[in-house]
Amino acid sequence: MSMECGVYHTTYEADTGLRRLPAERIRLGIFILAVVIFPFFASSYWLNIANQIAIATVGAIGLNILVGYTGQISLGQGAFMAVGAYAAGLFTLRLGLPWGLSIALACIVTAAVGTFFGIPSLRLKGLYLAIATLAAQEIVQWLVTHWPALTGGTEALVVPAPRAFGIRLNTDFAFYWLAAALAGGTALFTANLFRSRAGRAFVAIRDQDVAASVIGVNVFRYKLLAFATSSFFVGLAGAMIAFYRNIITWERFTLETSIIYLAMIIVGGLGTIRGSLFGAALITLLPALITNVGRSLQGSAPALAAQLPNVQQAAFGLVIILFLIFEPEGLSKLWRNVKDYFHVWPFAYRRGDGGR
Amino acid sequence: MDAFLQLTVSGLSTGMIYALAAVGFVVIYKASDVINFAQGDLLLFGTYLIFFGIVQLGLPWTLGVLLTLVLAAGLGLLVERTVLRPLVGEPIISMIMVTIGLSSVLRALANALWGAQPRTFPSFLPSGEVRIGTAVVGADRLIAIPLALVLLGALALFFRRSRDGVAMRAIADDQLAALSMGISIPRVFAVAWALAAVTAAVGGMMLGSIVGVSQSVAVVGLRVFPVVILGGLDSIGGAVLGGAIIGLLEVYTGAYIGHGLNLIVPYILLIVVLMIRPYGLFGKEIIERV
Repeated sequence: MSMECGVYHTTYEADTGLRRLPAERIRLGIFILAVVIFPFFASSYWLNIANQIAIATVGAIGLNILVGYTGQISLGQGAFMAVGAYAAGLFTLRLGLPWGLSIALACIVTAAVGTFFGIPSLRLKGLYLAIATLAAQEIVQWLVTHWPALTGGTEALVVPAPRAFGIRLNTDFAFYWLAAALAGGTALFTANLFRSRAGRAFVAIRDQDVAASVIGVNVFRYKLLAFATSSFFVGLAGAMIAFYRNIITWERFTLETSIIYLAMIIVGGLGTIRGSLFGAALITLLPALITNVGRSLQGSAPALAAQLPNVQQAAFGLVIILFLIFEPEGLSKLWRNVKDYFHVWPFAYRRGDGGR
Repeated sequence: MDAFLQLTVSGLSTGMIYALAAVGFVVIYKASDVINFAQGDLLLFGTYLIFFGIVQLGLPWTLGVLLTLVLAAGLGLLVERTVLRPLVGEPIISMIMVTIGLSSVLRALANALWGAQPRTFPSFLPSGEVRIGTAVVGADRLIAIPLALVLLGALALFFRRSRDGVAMRAIADDQLAALSMGISIPRVFAVAWALAAVTAAVGGMMLGSIVGVSQSVAVVGLRVFPVVILGGLDSIGGAVLGGAIIGLLEVYTGAYIGHGLNLIVPYILLIVVLMIRPYGLFGKEIIERV
């Protein structure tokens, strides 16, 4: 058996493919297989967590398109998710539209709102943009809570569970398939987006906006497009929450939500789809794991168990700080390190750039 | 007219507390270009530390205030050394996120140490009411205004006259040139954080004395953004004026328009300022445009 020392593509099709290496294709196959058989073995507790992770992945990919790939910092994630969730709920409740259409329209509405709040990005960047989106977050949140005629105000909005193939998707098992399909679709679309002209333009703007405009990228247009694309998927995540929880309350979409999603993409890795998934999984699992540990301590150390919410909050902050200090490229870099190590194993030397 | 006067005093006192929080923010931003999202939590620690000193340790209030200031400065130094120092020169998003993470840790710590339920401590500001003409105004609110102004004046003097203050301005002006003149940048960053923590602690003490000790004090941290954007990110005078304007705007909208609009009016103003004059009233006009 020959040792693999590199893959050399001899056609353009092979070189620009979505998955360029056999190993990548095998890994993806294994992952999809795992996703498909997982629900048949998992308890409803783990299915619930898997659904949360799937929804968070969609939202994190959406945010990553804007922050990680295009370099525009946004603290308005919670607001955009609120728009998606409320739009989906209201289309179903008030207009009686089928749930699929409601979700699609909710995504489009969120994209429009996101583009509107993206307009300041034409004049502002960096921290000024971050502060502008912070204002957007507070203003949307205020609109949601102070416009009871439309949103029900601080009251919860109850949304009926979606139906497909004659089954109500109100169990974790049934919803899992919808969530996994939407998350997979989002990942596939985004992976392809960054092989396209628009995606390359986003990355060019992130790396150097002046240089991008010199080589002919219309910076204004592509920034707005990035806001629209990003909010489209953020809205999708919001709509998924609406149909998964069947109840929409504004508390789910505060500044804290924006921060949690930013943490996901920081911890996972900015500008990678894999990182969005890893980050979404870690940030969703972390509080759940701490709760489990706390439960087991309930008997032996009740004083410690009482501090659980504080431990969760501190752990959340610590994870962000530690990743930023020790591995700013996040979990996706760690994953790459592992791959590189095994690439030429058992030899000690590594590939130069670590591949993709 | 009485109501108007009452509102004005109340708005100005709130505004001065905003200004104290904002000045800390400005000092850090000026020295090290870090956007501190944990400013509200520094305020929170100020409130809890004075509670700790006066109620839990039973100190007289002069000693309590002194202890609070010393501990707050220590906290600022600790945070700078452990969290911010390793990230010098990282992109803006890292800076924003690390202070957000810090805010989460600090809040959890305050919660673990002092619990979530609201507390009170014997106010060290004079209580009772003062009559101005026919209007009745809380004495604690009235005294908070000159108190804050004196402190902010002292801070301005520090920047004009003291060695560290001048070094800080030099670094804000041109880091490389300052470095080549022998100014120690880590030292200046540390002083900046200690100063920010101390001014925030003073704001926190006043706030705790007026509205009581609770987690809600940290919310003031978010009000800092409209204030500093309005005043100019790198201007102390701007922070004072911005604080006063935002404080007044809030109480006036709350009283005359209502509908909870006072909660977002600062943010609406913020967006307007960002679109028209992003460097604020007194900021340096070197903002990077696209």
